Amino acid sequence: MAYGVYDHGTATAVTPVTVKIIIAGGFGAGKTTLVGSVSEIRPLQTEETLSERSELVDSLYGVEQKSTTTVAMDFGRITIRDDLVVYLFGTPGQRRFWFMWDDLSYGALGAVVLADERRLADCFPSIDYFERNNIPFVVAVNSFDDAQHHSLETITQALSLSGSVPVIRCDARRRTSSRDVLVTLAEHAIARHHTARFR
Amino acid sequence: MQYEGEWFDGEAGPVVRPYALTGGLTRPSGERLDLIDMVRAVRMAGQNMPLSPEQADVLQRCPIPVPLVELAADLHLPIGVVRILVSDLRDRGLVTIHRSKSAGLSDLKILQEVVDGLRRL
Repeated sequence: MAYGVYDHGTATAVTPVTVKIIIAGGFGAGKTTLVGSVSEIRPLQTEETLSERSELVDSLYGVEQKSTTTVAMDFGRITIRDDLVVYLFGTPGQRRFWFMWDDLSYGALGAVVLADERRLADCFPSIDYFERNNIPFVVAVNSFDDAQHHSLETITQALSLSGSVPVIRCDARRRTSSRDVLVTLAEHAIARHHTARFR
Repeated sequence: MQYEGEWFDGEAGPVVRPYALTGGLTRPSGERLDLIDMVRAVRMAGQNMPLSPEQADVLQRCPIPVPLVELAADLHLPIGVVRILVSDLRDRGLVTIHRSKSAGLSDLKILQEVVDGLRRL
């Protein structure tokens, strides 16, 4: 299979500008779903090898996951124009994967933290990381089952977010909803840019 | 039941150790390659320039610019391994690297183009 940017037959001599967006969040929050719904390619998987076996395990509704020696990372692609391409990287949010995040977030436009409101605490480490590293991010509450247990204000408070971080609802299965999340993030990044400039 | 110290199947990791694919190199040379840096083959290897099968695969897949992460996914190799293969190919003059933009940090015009482009999706 060829995954070249020009696999749709519009080969030009231009090397596109590439931009990264990180999709983070707890296990099972819908990262792969979001990448898949908005990407023009089926999400691809790549992996980074862990130097030693991790002793911690994920929990999926209490079911233990086997730990592995590699960390899988999903990614997708959105071609804005022939010379501008956005890459989405869905990546596990647990603290033990932070060694990968430094690499991933370098030069990134920003990050989406996907939250499952039944397990809000799962996205604390992601939020911690992006706040600490001054990376623009938005929180998207994935409301796939229509069960809206809390108001967005309550969620904002529970996550101890500063008022300027957008908190929105989304349905990661829907392309338009996922797109709106990305638009919100990019607009937030622009707003932060202005704030920084005029401070 | 799994016992401490015994790994089976996928748990045990790859059958071939990563450094076996990189000619024994354990780290990439030169400046760090980003996941979305674009790799492009600029010439074929000469007769006196032996390539590993993996490096030949890399070369074959980038007659047009391909980002590092797509090479890794396509070749089913860990990112770290592909970084080393590509930086070695670059040192030998067989590929060029186009650096990605740090759009989030500096370029408002690109950010605005991303917003406009996403809205049209």
